[in-house]
Amino acid sequence: MSDLTKLTLAAARDALRKGDTTSVELTEACLKAIDAADLLNAFVHKTPDIAMERAKAADARLQAGDAPAMCGLPIGIKDLFCTKGVASQAASRILEGFRPEYESTVSQQLIDAGAVMLGKLNMDEFAMGSSNETSCYGNVINPWRVGADGAALTPGGSSGGSAAAVAADLCLAATGTDTGGSIRQPAAFTGITGIKPTYGRCSRWGIVAFASSLDQAGPMTRDVRDAAIMLQAMCGHDPKDSTSAELAVPDFEAALTGDIRGKTIGIPREYRMEGMPAEIEALWTRGREMLADAGAKITDISLPHTKYALPAYYVIAPAEASSNLARYDGVRYGHRAKLAQGDGITEMYEKTRAEGFGPEVRRRVMVGTYVLSAGFYDAYYNRARRVRALIKRDFDEVFAQGIDAILTPATPSAAFELGKEMSDPVEMYLNDVFTVTVNLAGLPGISVPAGLDAQGLPLGLQLIGRPWEEADLLNTAYALERAAGFVAKPAKWW
Amino acid sequence: MSIDQDTARRVAKLARIKVEEDALPALAQEFNTILGFIEQLGEVDVEGVEPMVSVTPMRLKRREDVVTDGGMQDKILSNAPDAREGFFAVPKVVE
Repeated sequence: MSDLTKLTLAAARDALRKGDTTSVELTEACLKAIDAADLLNAFVHKTPDIAMERAKAADARLQAGDAPAMCGLPIGIKDLFCTKGVASQAASRILEGFRPEYESTVSQQLIDAGAVMLGKLNMDEFAMGSSNETSCYGNVINPWRVGADGAALTPGGSSGGSAAAVAADLCLAATGTDTGGSIRQPAAFTGITGIKPTYGRCSRWGIVAFASSLDQAGPMTRDVRDAAIMLQAMCGHDPKDSTSAELAVPDFEAALTGDIRGKTIGIPREYRMEGMPAEIEALWTRGREMLADAGAKITDISLPHTKYALPAYYVIAPAEASSNLARYDGVRYGHRAKLAQGDGITEMYEKTRAEGFGPEVRRRVMVGTYVLSAGFYDAYYNRARRVRALIKRDFDEVFAQGIDAILTPATPSAAFELGKEMSDPVEMYLNDVFTVTVNLAGLPGISVPAGLDAQGLPLGLQLIGRPWEEADLLNTAYALERAAGFVAKPAKWW
Repeated sequence: MSIDQDTARRVAKLARIKVEEDALPALAQEFNTILGFIEQLGEVDVEGVEPMVSVTPMRLKRREDVVTDGGMQDKILSNAPDAREGFFAVPKVVE
């Protein structure tokens, strides 16, 4: 078979079962593509030996007729997931050399489902960023660019390596994590599909923590069917994560009928931002028409506290990060600074953390420290948590009115040039304006590629679902995907 | 609310991140930009609204308070920058 690395998970799965190809062939093709794509800087720790070993084991299981759901399918794993014996450093200097003695629950479930890990993927440091420019490994380059010699664009962040790798056909799919939009924004910037499930669907155990009340893992894939297949393998209850939900996981792929007749889709008026590019506005209108043509009822809705989601997020996420990142002290793992004569333990902490954390992580840890400090806790942190309750209430109310899903743009722009927004942290934060509400309310959200802008760059639409109704959300996304018919791929230049 | 250099120094100390004296003005400026953005939350009427504890209405589970794991000293110490005689080693803490 030709172009093995371009296959969807579903097509590769079916080809493997029919005996048209083998996992070893698929895996070798991906490893070759990865080695030829170092310019993109997506894979930062390659694991060819592990990959070949798992591919051979998968072929044996396929032969024996004992193949689990993702048997033999080669994927990439975001560097945020702890993988046993394999560098897992959250793209931070402070975890340099760290090789976990354990496997995260999600990556273990993928192993159990037969998936083949090709390596670890680049990301923003500790998942803090929207452009993959805060990584200790350097920037990831988006495989998409404008024209034959256009400037290097960001793949988005924080799951930028995952997005670039799937878009550039280096792996069939990849894991991502999403705290404020880190799956959905890079998916939109690279023309792929990414879903963040309901908070509690995927276990957070073994995933390096950023903001524990917001973090969720999810798949980044070529299409909606693949998202359903991979999400199925990733989620489920885990006693090791006390916030993981003890709920049965439905068959997501079986829910993909494409029939959304009678569903009600809400269009939130507060997402029509001032200064929104006309192309994004036009794409949103087209998305609305596509869903209406598929038989859904479209209704205007109001989510009045939308405007306050980003400021609330930039209190809550740094606060939780400052607490979570307190563990990086140079004692148990990772980097420890060289100490001067007479330095005590405090100097060790301070020097280690100054050297180990990059500027954005230092900034967020300190902002978090400030908003939690005596005298400001109520004014900032408790107020933000109250606003968060109001944001969730906005969603609860529209769902109670019978809304099945909400359609919004995924991002306020297409992929931008690397270096362009790095100078102003607040401007960078605005990237997450359409996605961050979903994390604050703990809801499932999916980004689906829906068109190209005038420069030929991909744009995504986001659908937001009711809690725990990923199956229904995936089906609506499937209908949107079929109507949009997005098939564009980046022209290979790397 | 404006953050001055003294506050920036104090926050860096609380966060245990070394910041050189000459980097403090820029840091204070960054804090002010971000806090200026956050200030918008002051406009929201939060009267009578409880701060959110858990985004999904769930009770955190309890388990019996018994040992469930252990006996893996080597694994625990395997990533330590400095481990000696089965312990993490750190600079002198008590004089």
